[in-house]
Amino acid sequence: MKYVDYYKVLGVERDASEADIKKAYRKLAHQYHPDISKDAEAETKFKEIAEAYATLKDPEKRAAYDALGSHRQNEEFVPPGQWQHYFHDQDMDLSDMDLADLLAAFGARRGGGSRSAFSQRGQDFEVELPVTLEQLYSGAETDLTVHVPEPDAQGMLRRTAKTYRIQVPRGATEGQRLRLPAKGGPGLQGGPNGDLYVVLRVRPHSLYRVSGHDVYMDLPLAPWEAALGATVQVPTLGGMVEMQIPAGTVDGRKLRLAGRGLPTGMNGPQGDQFAVVQIVVPATLNAEERSLFEQLAKVSRFDPRSHLKGVR
Amino acid sequence: MAQYTEAVWLNASDLCSFEHVLEVSGLTEAELRDLVEVGVIQPTRQDPGRYYFHTECIVVARRARRLRDDFDLDAQGLALALSLLNRIEGLEAQLAQMRARLTTSPRPR
Repeated sequence: MKYVDYYKVLGVERDASEADIKKAYRKLAHQYHPDISKDAEAETKFKEIAEAYATLKDPEKRAAYDALGSHRQNEEFVPPGQWQHYFHDQDMDLSDMDLADLLAAFGARRGGGSRSAFSQRGQDFEVELPVTLEQLYSGAETDLTVHVPEPDAQGMLRRTAKTYRIQVPRGATEGQRLRLPAKGGPGLQGGPNGDLYVVLRVRPHSLYRVSGHDVYMDLPLAPWEAALGATVQVPTLGGMVEMQIPAGTVDGRKLRLAGRGLPTGMNGPQGDQFAVVQIVVPATLNAEERSLFEQLAKVSRFDPRSHLKGVR
Repeated sequence: MAQYTEAVWLNASDLCSFEHVLEVSGLTEAELRDLVEVGVIQPTRQDPGRYYFHTECIVVARRARRLRDDFDLDAQGLALALSLLNRIEGLEAQLAQMRARLTTSPRPR
């Protein structure tokens, strides 16, 4: 079993008072609570912080934790004899258990008979599922593996890998959740299982940016394409399409491809795709190009800065 | 081996009952009613005496329960925290939309 130094997690001494522990927890919760923090590691950090606090705020659990001895963070250790004895008469293997699950089991068993009639709902779990825009567009199936505690033959909770095939809903958006009923932690004393929540996280795409159900992309055009108009091939989530560029198209103009964005629901209308025009110039010119541009510069009466005339 | 399993989409079109939100969020009836009254969670249909919610409300209700438990918030503090979080989310969504509309700097070619 890997040792987690709960005192270190909360940044307090081993002899810290209950008040100090609470103060340290509150400070860290404000910093790392996943509902309020933007820290990329918030979820993982807060899980450790909450685990540490759940154990250290409860004098009995804290004493049981202290009885495990002091080890280095993440050091492999074997719970001392009295712990094994506490759970079962015979020797049992606690080595691959999660420390938090062991302490949770301790909490559930405490009080013995008086508590055994008291059923408790299992823990809910929340996991992120990275999906591609292509998967959101077509509503693909994808596999998700989670490690949730499951009771073994002796009734001890062990983390078990479970793989679920998830149908990514067509029209889902970033941050939307799926609820998998009863796929969370097991209920205690006949209580119902918790649920598993799957949060869809859209992976950044190399071409497309998403706004609601609309999709934006940059469309680079040569100056002459923008000035004269052109027909260009544009990629969309549904495949290449041909797009007419009107003559006199300016930089930054958003050209709309109706209904080429993300679907909005099972039968809802599609969002749109917008090609944002970006006028680009060649970094180097060959002799002929240079001469043509020079000729253009000579004959053109176009003044892009006429509105700046007379400004001091 | 991957298993197929029931999955409920928490969105703005499917509906669920008041009791269902209570069951999966762990809020008390009084707490959920309070959040509805202050407008943090909005029911879509209100048949005489019965609330119905879009399933996405479950996300807010669960967040309310987490904040209540992890910060020891009372009803007032909870409603305030959730309103502010809703506002932040709205602003972040607007910001993301503005960003999507901006072109990235052209790559040299």
